[in-house]
Amino acid sequence: MKVGVLALQGAFREQREVCEALGTTVTEVRGPEHLDACEALIIPGGESTTMTRLLRTSGLHDPLAARLHDGLPVLGTCAGLILCATTILDGLPEQESFGVLDVTVRRNGYGRQQESFETTLDVVGAPEFPGVFIRAPVVEAVGPGVTVLAEHGGRPVLVREGVRWGATFHPELAGDLRIHEQFLHAARAA
Amino acid sequence: MATDTRNTGTARVKRGLAEMLRGGVIMDVVTPDEARIAQDAGAVAVMALERVPSDIRRDGGVARMSDPAMIEGIKAVATIPVMAKCRIGHFAEAQVLEALGVDYIDESEVLTPADEAYHVDKWAFTTPFVCGATNLGEALRRIAEGACMIRSKGEAGTGNIVEAVRHLRAIFGAIEGLGAATPKDLKAAAREMRVPKALVQEVAACGELPVPLFCAGGIATPADASLAMQLGAQAVFVGSGIFKSEAPEMMAKAIVEATTHYQDPSIVAKVSTGLPAAMRGDGIETLEVKLSERGW
Repeated sequence: MKVGVLALQGAFREQREVCEALGTTVTEVRGPEHLDACEALIIPGGESTTMTRLLRTSGLHDPLAARLHDGLPVLGTCAGLILCATTILDGLPEQESFGVLDVTVRRNGYGRQQESFETTLDVVGAPEFPGVFIRAPVVEAVGPGVTVLAEHGGRPVLVREGVRWGATFHPELAGDLRIHEQFLHAARAA
Repeated sequence: MATDTRNTGTARVKRGLAEMLRGGVIMDVVTPDEARIAQDAGAVAVMALERVPSDIRRDGGVARMSDPAMIEGIKAVATIPVMAKCRIGHFAEAQVLEALGVDYIDESEVLTPADEAYHVDKWAFTTPFVCGATNLGEALRRIAEGACMIRSKGEAGTGNIVEAVRHLRAIFGAIEGLGAATPKDLKAAAREMRVPKALVQEVAACGELPVPLFCAGGIATPADASLAMQLGAQAVFVGSGIFKSEAPEMMAKAIVEATTHYQDPSIVAKVSTGLPAAMRGDGIETLEVKLSERGW
C-alpha cells in the first residue's frame, strides 16, 4: 500500500517511520504531484496555521481537498485532526480546514506547553495505549456518524468516521504501532 | 490501566514539542504586531524579546530577560508557541519565564551571561529548554543538563550564516566520527566532552542527537534557510533577518516556503525573486563581541 505523509511541516518523519515499520511504501507529500499515487494519507502534528498557509502556497490545497472529499482514507493527528475537522474553535479568524471529519475541535484546548502530558489510554482494540498529548486540541463535539475509539477525562481523543480518523494525541511518538496498524487495515479494506 | 491522570513535563512531551516544530521557522518578534505578522506568514513559533540581536549588538550594555508585560502582550495574540530567552545560568529568570507560561525557554548567549560556571539545571523545569551549541561536546553537555532542543549558536544579529554553517558542520561531523569509533574511543570521547558515556553511546548508535537540532544565528535570506536545512538542520530560527529586512512580511513568507521546500531550488528561486533587500549584515572579523563564545 502506498501511504502519503503530508510533509509541509511538523512531525512527518515519525509518521513515515511508523508507516514504513508497518510495511507500507511512504511518499512525503509537498506538492500536488506527490498526491496521485497515494492510497491513504497521514496529516501529522505540527502547527495547523503554518500547514494551512503552506497548503495554499504549494498548490496542494484544492487537489488534496478533492481527494479527501472523494473518500481518500486519512489519519490526522493533533494539528492534522484540526485540518480535517468541520469546526475549529480558538483558531485564527477564518482558519480553514478540509471539513471531512464531523467534529468540533478547540485548538490548544488544554492550554500551553506546561499542560502537555502523557497518560495511558484504553483504545478500542488497543488497550493500555501510551497517550502523548502536546499542546493538544480538545474534541468538544462529534457528529452522529462519528465513532469514539478512545476518551480521556470524558472527552473523545481518538475518533473515526468511516475511513477518516483523527487523534488529539501523537500515536507516532508512542513507540506503539497499533493505532496506525488499525488505520492502515481499515484503509486497505476501503 | 487507562487513567485520567496527566503526567506533565516528561522528557517525551518536552522533546515532542520540538519535534512538532520541525520543518518550520521560529521568528524573533518584539511587539504583538510583529507576532501577528509572523504568525500570519506561517511561523511555527515566535521568540518574544525586547530587542532583536542586531540591536542588542549595537546598543551594548547588559542584555537581560524581557519585560514580562511584553511577553504577555505577545502571548495574548499568538496561537502558536511562544518562546522567550533567559541569560545563561540565570535560573531565576527561567523561573519567571516558566511562571509566565511561555512554551519554550531559550537559555541564550544573545543575552549577557549570568553565571560563568553553571548553566541552568533544566531538568528542574516543566517548561522545555533550547540551548545553543557550537560543537558536539557543547550540545551534549546541554542535553545532559536537560535541554530538549539544540540550535547552532551561529553569530546572532550579523545576518551572516558562516558561523552557523561552521557549528552545524562541526556537530554533524563529530557525530559521524562517533559512528566509526570503538567502545574505547567512545569512553575517551565522553571523558573529553565531559558528558555521560551512555549519552555518547546513544548518539553513536543513532547517528544523531537524541533531541532535534535546529539552525540559528545569521539566517537572512530564503537561500540561507535552504542551506541550513540541506546541511541537516531540522528547522530554523530567524532573529534579526526578518524584521530588519526592508519588507518583513514578504521576507517571513519567503523564508517559511524556502524552509519547507528546501530540496526544490525552483521554489527557493521563486520566493527569492523580487524580494526587497535583506538586512545589511556584518563580517565576522569586524565584530567587537562574538556572542557564540559565550557559554561552554
